[in-house]
Amino acid sequence: MTEDPHSPHGAHAPSHAAPDPNAAEGSIFDGLLGGDTSQWAFGTDFEDPLAGVDTTVPDGVDAHDLAVYCLMLADDALVASQRLSEWCSRAPDLEEDIALANVALDLLGQARLLLARAAAADASVVPVLPEGSPVPPEDALAFFREAGDFRNVRLAEVPNGDFAHTVVRLLLLSCARLAVMERLAGSRDRVLAAVAAKAVKELAYHRDFAGRWFLTLAQGTEESRRRLLTALDQLWPLHDELFGSHAVERAVADAGVGGDPAEVAPEADVVLEQVLAMSGVERPDRQALAGVSGRTGRDGLHTEALGLMLAEMQVVARAHPSGRW
Amino acid sequence: MTASEVDPALEAGFEAGFEAGFEATIARNDRIEPRDWMPEGYRRTLVRQVAQHAHSEIIGMQPEGSWIGRAPSLRRKATLLAKVQDEAGHGLYLYSSCETLGVSREQLTEMLVEGRQKYSSIFNYPTLSYADVGTIGWLVDGAAICNQVPLCRTSYGPYGRAMIRICKEESFHQRQGYELLMTMMRGTDEQRAMVQESVDRFWWPSLMMFGPPDAESPNTQQSMAWGIKRNTNDELRQRFVDMTVPQAKALGVTLPDPDLRWNEDRHAHDFGTPDWDEFMAVVKGNGPCNAQRIAHRRKAHDDGAWVREAATAFAARTTQAALEGTSR
Repeated sequence: MTEDPHSPHGAHAPSHAAPDPNAAEGSIFDGLLGGDTSQWAFGTDFEDPLAGVDTTVPDGVDAHDLAVYCLMLADDALVASQRLSEWCSRAPDLEEDIALANVALDLLGQARLLLARAAAADASVVPVLPEGSPVPPEDALAFFREAGDFRNVRLAEVPNGDFAHTVVRLLLLSCARLAVMERLAGSRDRVLAAVAAKAVKELAYHRDFAGRWFLTLAQGTEESRRRLLTALDQLWPLHDELFGSHAVERAVADAGVGGDPAEVAPEADVVLEQVLAMSGVERPDRQALAGVSGRTGRDGLHTEALGLMLAEMQVVARAHPSGRW
Repeated sequence: MTASEVDPALEAGFEAGFEAGFEATIARNDRIEPRDWMPEGYRRTLVRQVAQHAHSEIIGMQPEGSWIGRAPSLRRKATLLAKVQDEAGHGLYLYSSCETLGVSREQLTEMLVEGRQKYSSIFNYPTLSYADVGTIGWLVDGAAICNQVPLCRTSYGPYGRAMIRICKEESFHQRQGYELLMTMMRGTDEQRAMVQESVDRFWWPSLMMFGPPDAESPNTQQSMAWGIKRNTNDELRQRFVDMTVPQAKALGVTLPDPDLRWNEDRHAHDFGTPDWDEFMAVVKGNGPCNAQRIAHRRKAHDDGAWVREAATAFAARTTQAALEGTSR
């Protein structure tokens, strides 16, 4: 505070004089009233997020495998982001509304880069749109694929529950994803390495946010602890799927390009165990959720919830396949 | 000396001195700060206005927020989510400003969900197409900026400083909205029709955002005398119309007012009269979305109560543990 100790009691000593009300309107108004409306149309064209980046596929890795692997990483982020953004205007307090939006924005940013990387590695993964459609590859992938072509883990897609459910899901997802991204920062694919280097910082924050809330809810009130344990119990059967490595994940990991989730499982688990221990919460004794003929999210086999989520997410884009946004 | 020992005459003398100081500050166009003396009416008017503004930011998250899940490109999804997040941030600054006047965020939220404080009526209109996201940015944020830029010079310091930051971000949002519409106008015929339909729906409600005509605005005169408000409703409405007409032309849309034309004598646009009966209906709670908006906000607040309680309990426990730790 800049209180002046010498000023007499009650006297007014303004520290921030107001601007002169008779002066011309502030600079913000000037910009708005400016006659040149053309300046408003800046940046109307879509910018390729990988513009200027060398997207050559490294030697010794199958381009299609690399593309599918990127879709797996991208879809986890995209689907989790979509669920997180459902909290917007519904969070327990304004601070959490803002924080959840931040996490959703980070994941959306990761998804965009990874979708663009998938398309650049192998264009055959991108849905075909009408001749002349201006829809860029990242949007064709996000909005014009069927649910069965999404490669995200099922944990990312199950419908939102209460705030405890979101905290648990984010903790499980971010522990696993952070461990994978730390590995990927050393990828032979320079695009993936760059995406991962940025993602590591973001995910460390997400994990921290979720971990702090996990502890808070575990030790807050009886009600918050009950809700947290319920959410953990509900989501735990989907936890194993994060670390079951798919053939594509193993192939790209063997080529020095990807990260095999089974290999990073112990690292992720150390952190999770710490959070559980600090919070005084037991690891749930729940079996992993079965797939269908052994197929799960990474194979494109999802819960019923994904189709419904995509129906909302894709509705406007699909109504205008030649639209410009 | 206890309160009961204060000589009433002496107290009245202090009061008069404080009031003279307050009036002098207003006359110099200086800021009133939270610890300065202020008349009770000034404080009450500010609480009402700043709270209404804060509530508008928070309720305003809903109409656009409902399109985040359906945004038709990932770039637009990111832009929209960031914008709605900014509105939450604006709500935070404004609730903080209001707290300097002695009312807590919790109390203000209670007053909002109980319908005892208002928010901008524009948010009681529905958003029916993705073009509405652009139109809200262009027209609604544009009108809000016309209202808010003069408030950067408002006499109450915390409010004025919050408004400076808010106006910068609102200006950015307005450009983003206009840019979305520009892009859609370069798209398909269906998209152009969507933009025009949206502008047709939002034009009149945007003009109503400046409030009733000056002759029927009960609070304007005192607010202007106190330097809380700097321009009348009609002055700002005129400024908005004059600013918007060339932008509509550049965009390639028409504004739904047959009486809209340039008046060379006034050097301003003449324009028609908004439907003030509809305005009053919406203000009084019968707008298309009044009940929905409040129910949404109330549900979020109620659903989050156990989380806020948990955070408070956990903080108390942690503080207690720290105190015990240091006393050892």
